[in-house]
Amino acid sequence: MRFWDLLAFAAGALRGHKLRTALSVAGVAAGISAVVTLTALGEGARRYVVDQFAALGSNLLVVLPGKVETTGGSPPFGGVTHDLTIDDYRAIAKLDRVRRSAPMAVATDTVHFRDRGRAVPVLGTTADFAAVRRLAIGSGEFLPPGDPDQGGNEIVLGVTVAQELFRNENPLGQVVRVGPWRFRVVGVLAPRGRSLTFNMDDVVLIPVRTAMRVFNRPSLFRILVDVRMRDEMRLTRRDVEKLMAERHRVEDVTVITQDALLSAFSSILNALTLALVGIASVSLAVAGVGIMNVMLVSVTERRAEIGLLKALGAQDRQVLAAFLAEAVLLAIGGGVAGLALGAGAIRAFVGIYPSFPASPPLWAVAAALGLSLAVGVGFGVWPARRATRLDPVAALAKR
Amino acid sequence: MIQLEDVWRIFRVGEGEVHALKGVTVTIERGEHVALVGPSGSGKSTLLHIVGCLDRPTRGRYVLEGREVGSLSEEERSLLRRHRIGFVFQFFHLLPRLTAQGNVELPMLFAGTPPEERRERAATALEAVGLSHRATHRPDQLSGGERQRVAIARAVVMDPAMLLADEPTGNLDRASAGEVMELIERMNARGLTLVVVTHDPAIAERAKRVIRMDDGELVRGST
Repeated sequence: MRFWDLLAFAAGALRGHKLRTALSVAGVAAGISAVVTLTALGEGARRYVVDQFAALGSNLLVVLPGKVETTGGSPPFGGVTHDLTIDDYRAIAKLDRVRRSAPMAVATDTVHFRDRGRAVPVLGTTADFAAVRRLAIGSGEFLPPGDPDQGGNEIVLGVTVAQELFRNENPLGQVVRVGPWRFRVVGVLAPRGRSLTFNMDDVVLIPVRTAMRVFNRPSLFRILVDVRMRDEMRLTRRDVEKLMAERHRVEDVTVITQDALLSAFSSILNALTLALVGIASVSLAVAGVGIMNVMLVSVTERRAEIGLLKALGAQDRQVLAAFLAEAVLLAIGGGVAGLALGAGAIRAFVGIYPSFPASPPLWAVAAALGLSLAVGVGFGVWPARRATRLDPVAALAKR
Repeated sequence: MIQLEDVWRIFRVGEGEVHALKGVTVTIERGEHVALVGPSGSGKSTLLHIVGCLDRPTRGRYVLEGREVGSLSEEERSLLRRHRIGFVFQFFHLLPRLTAQGNVELPMLFAGTPPEERRERAATALEAVGLSHRATHRPDQLSGGERQRVAIARAVVMDPAMLLADEPTGNLDRASAGEVMELIERMNARGLTLVVVTHDPAIAERAKRVIRMDDGELVRGST
């Protein structure tokens, strides 16, 4: 039997029961579209996080005070932790494998301009912060380079802060207040949006020494380290740990890499995606049982036809192929319809949340079609086998 | 051509057994026209199914064109049915979704005949039964006689060696029945071996040889 004849024969049989065919196809379509849509959303969430990390700078090490113990046990001398100081930052910045580094002191305070005020995170840092965090300047310039211990009175505003405080005025050169301290606006950041920790549109930046005075804090919040070579992340991390252990005479800082965070997030989101797909697969299994049911009914109804085909010399494997082809056509039809449905759902979702990078990965599309084929074959085999086992004499006896 | 030797066919029904054929021995020569008659349940249909390779004897030998059918696989018996045997049934058994042409093409579909050749041969077969003008009609648009003529076209389109008809006129009026029998006999005149199961004496009389059956056995003297 020719392949196209087989398909045409199966399609002809399906056309005979339009409603039943349509319902089976709809069942598979629902399952497949659920799989495709949920995969796209899960994959989108993963990509969103990865993009966020990439925006942060992927060669980044973060040094924070205090040892995060994963093995338990208390540090010596009852857990005394040394402050993270500007001198520590200087030492780290001098390491060979470090391209540049930036200290960070943070507190929330209210920034005033005339009678307008806005409570925002105030970041104390140095000129290199812009390069380390890949920040772009919208107008004016960033904090001036120079000795980090030189506490200047420059301030750089996030774009939202600038708009809120100055409306349509040009903020450059104006004086704002943070508590009793007065600062001169030297620049405004380009719009950036949220990047995990801070919304960089809604912060202000001042020189680090000044910040520590303003906040009245002896310790830095973080030291950010930009590593020269991506391959040397681990080595650099060890360098930093060793350096800090020497300086503090005890291991009392934690150095985390982007990759560690990223892979943790990534694996969590992958697990989430798989869970979603698993749930969606249940509906696909239900659709498969639906196909099986329809095919069983079809086999029972068409006993006479099966008997006739055998009397005309159709071999068992041809009868099997004919009925299997019907099940597969139902499933593939459902698969294609489900892909179209899923694509529509994803497009609608992206229409509502344009920043979310939801698109079904290619493997998911291929897997959806493969899966529908497998559903057709898997759930079609048993009814088809029943058709071949039919005794032609008994099948022909009834009208 | 058809040799049956001491053929038994026993069906299991629940706990008991039904002996549909009890040691039937019969020989039918190439080109014969045989009527198989007898009351309901006499085993004539069972015999026809065995001759048509749709069923297998429980015991005994069936030799068709020199080959022992009992030893053939299901696959090989399918090929025998496809190429050597044509069936005509009381209830026509046309597929309602296919046209007359499509129904006649059906055996060639499973034989893998190329579409072009299929169309030609089906058209020729329909012409032979006088239904060329009905080729594109579906079974429900045809009369009973026309449907049976389509079924006959389907039975002979593979150019078989024998035509087995199970009550071919059982569902037809007199006039249509006459036409159908004439058609079948014309095929027989061209050399096709013909076995007709019937309980219509008028149909049986037209055969050159009548085999009577009763209770699973041939009636003595009828062959």
